[in-house]
Amino acid sequence: MAGLIAYGAYVPYHRLARADVAATLGTPAGRGTRAVAGYDEDTTSMAVEAARLALARDCLRPRIGQLFLATAAPAYLDKTNATAVHAALRLDEHVLAADMAGSVRSGLGALVSAARSPVPTLTVLADLRTGLPGGADEAAGGDGAAAFVFGGHRNGAPVIAELLAHDTVSDEILDRWRLPGAPASRVWEERFAEEIYVSLADKALAAALDQAGVKREAIDHLVVSGLHTRACTAVRRAAGARPEAVTPDLSGTIGNAGTAQPGLLLADVLDRAAPGEIIALVVLGDGAGVLLLRTTDALPAHRSARPVAAQIAAGGAPMPYATYLSWRGLLDREPPRRPDPEPPYAPPAHRRTSWKYGFVASRCEKCGTRHLPPDRVCTSCRSVDAMTDEPMEHVRATVATFTVDRLAHTPSPPMLVVVVDYDGGGRFRCQLTDATEADAVIGARVEMTFRRTVTAAGVHNYFWKARPLRTGETEETRG
Amino acid sequence: MSSHGIRDRVAIVGMGCTPFGEHWNRSADDLLVDAVGEAVTSAGVTLDDIDAFWFGTQASGVSGLTLSRALHLPNKPVTRVENMCATGSEALRNACYAVASGAYDVAMAVGVEKLKDSGMSGLSGTAIPGAGDDSRGEITAPANFSLLAPAYAAKYGLSDEEIKDVITRIAWKNHVNGARNPRAQFRKEVPQERIRSAPIVAGMLGVFDCSGVSDGSAAAIVVRAEDAHKYTDRPIFVKALSFVAGPADGLIDPEYDFTTFPEVVASAQEAYRQAGITDPRTELALAEVHDCFTPTELVLMEDLGFAERGQAWKDVAGGAFDLDGALPVNPDGGLKAFGHPIGASGLRMMFEAWLQLRGEAPPERTVKSVAEGRSLALTHNLGGGPGECVSFVSVVGSQLTE
Repeated sequence: MAGLIAYGAYVPYHRLARADVAATLGTPAGRGTRAVAGYDEDTTSMAVEAARLALARDCLRPRIGQLFLATAAPAYLDKTNATAVHAALRLDEHVLAADMAGSVRSGLGALVSAARSPVPTLTVLADLRTGLPGGADEAAGGDGAAAFVFGGHRNGAPVIAELLAHDTVSDEILDRWRLPGAPASRVWEERFAEEIYVSLADKALAAALDQAGVKREAIDHLVVSGLHTRACTAVRRAAGARPEAVTPDLSGTIGNAGTAQPGLLLADVLDRAAPGEIIALVVLGDGAGVLLLRTTDALPAHRSARPVAAQIAAGGAPMPYATYLSWRGLLDREPPRRPDPEPPYAPPAHRRTSWKYGFVASRCEKCGTRHLPPDRVCTSCRSVDAMTDEPMEHVRATVATFTVDRLAHTPSPPMLVVVVDYDGGGRFRCQLTDATEADAVIGARVEMTFRRTVTAAGVHNYFWKARPLRTGETEETRG
Repeated sequence: MSSHGIRDRVAIVGMGCTPFGEHWNRSADDLLVDAVGEAVTSAGVTLDDIDAFWFGTQASGVSGLTLSRALHLPNKPVTRVENMCATGSEALRNACYAVASGAYDVAMAVGVEKLKDSGMSGLSGTAIPGAGDDSRGEITAPANFSLLAPAYAAKYGLSDEEIKDVITRIAWKNHVNGARNPRAQFRKEVPQERIRSAPIVAGMLGVFDCSGVSDGSAAAIVVRAEDAHKYTDRPIFVKALSFVAGPADGLIDPEYDFTTFPEVVASAQEAYRQAGITDPRTELALAEVHDCFTPTELVLMEDLGFAERGQAWKDVAGGAFDLDGALPVNPDGGLKAFGHPIGASGLRMMFEAWLQLRGEAPPERTVKSVAEGRSLALTHNLGGGPGECVSFVSVVGSQLTE
């Protein structure tokens, strides 16, 4: 049986209240909030966080045969972004890592490719949606990522949702577009594409249902995702599913994360679906695509450790709109009177990939002392080259001391810095993120998260930071 | 293997020190020419009489040419040294060993730094080079040293207000002293309330908890002790020179608690051994310590043995280290008020010992301890930060040991 064997979603911590946008710009008041990627996040780092959740159990990592990263907001062009995700996940070097980047539809492409693949495939959808200040895309957009592992072919991991059928239709249609480098996309009059999408969705859905021999009324969860809001609403209405099967689109709390949105919505359904239920995932954009899944008895025991709803609930208080604008590069703030931050240098970054991306420390074989960063000479017994690798990404830690650096370069001053002591030994000094000054206290519990620390001279610097362990995020096990 | 001090084998017979501050119209060359000129004049020699030079700067030049070019020295040996904020002390230490070894009769140590030309806040160009993968993360110097304050407060049960009071008093004291020093960068007393309420820079450190970013230069001339009286009636004899570069494990070892600099403890104990000191608080006439940030001076009082563990904050509050206290600390204003041009600071500290032990400090800040019979001074320099630093301690005295 082929199908889905694992999933995980990542909703960033920060929220923007639409009312605050309206209050600042004097536009009509919007309702609700949208999710906002931190100043230290991009589609690559969010993809890592989602994939870490998807791969948290069952020793799945060694089974992954290929990795696709789909995004409409790639951190780099030319250079592959999926290789950074691959490095952070410490996947085998023979695992293909490739981007599907540029269009929002690449999310559908990655999901369908993974579902069709004979090789166990990790597919990660990530997006960061920005519009011009005060515009509909800014308010309706959202940021986030979702990761799925399709497989089940002779690899021993239980299938949690069987792939019953899939279909896609493609249509060259000018309803939303963006020139490379442009700050926001442009859209045609909404009513133009609405009917087209309803018709395309119906074709794809009918074909998939036909293949699977499933009736529309049998659908237990109808998930419709796309950036064309009116079309999505119309498709939900016209699909012929039972009214209670139509799932919420989460736009009131986290907005619409574009490429990642079908993934976030599917993950949300998997978080609560019962075994034996049929999920129809309909994705609109330059055509339509449908994945038809049926959950299995294995689902309840293999849900994501961090449900989408819990991540939504754990979001921080809404941030000031001015802060959002400066994080998005739409408001240029005065830098500190300090030397510009330096970019990482290519050779040392390459030499130290397992530390910088994988957060792999070393442990002395003679005396057991842990070293972060990994060292050749033990600080305790001074043995030389007697170290073993010690992956640290899942190890929790406690704050030993802290400071708030108001001079340091950071896109969101002030910089919170903590010295943390890891459970089982080892100490490291790093930044604290997704936090306020009140979170930086001696004794606070933290976990590690993969971030983009800074972009300097056109180079993104990725590294790990600590973030507070919040209520409901206590010590789940990870393999 | 063991360390053999050079107690009473060399003496300082001439010193110079420029005013520290914002020298917009003077280059590093100008500053070191001034400091060197003052030093040779005070020893009654010319540059031709100096056999070898040790030149300390962190970022204001590379190689011995920085000094030899400025002074147009005629083919003399010049060694450039660097050990972060202990650079000036390291230059002196090497010059002393060169003379003690018999290699040279007369050596000079010169330190200089020009920080104000960069246009940056704080110390630029002092970042500790990382692995090059930039995964250690940037942290500024005040943030680094501010890590001490919450850790000290937590360990000894001080509230945020109490520890803030203590570090405020350290800044206040050093400004009082600097106000009496014509060479100091800041020459005004600052009310404690103004120090306490100043804009915050990092952690609980405000602007007044940080040493001055300044330009300056200082120099010393070293000869064999038996030759000292050829140059001056009041030489300063070197009793101890101690320097360590720590294993830099405080940031990777959970055992380190951020309330001490183990490197300072080690270098101080070694210096006291060399100098034969058993109770520094009563034997020293004064101490010039590395008060780069106010919590540093607090912790140093314990590490240098001037206060019991966990008690320094009470001694600070009680005025033990004031100009008229049991042991005056930083009577010249310290890094806080005198300013901190990296490469010059260690020699500036020695300059204060030189003035005080010779009775040449201005009357309004002359320590009473010298008149009362104490004849030893300590200088202490550190570079790096909590958990990974280098530390230098010297003891000098105006009398030869019987």
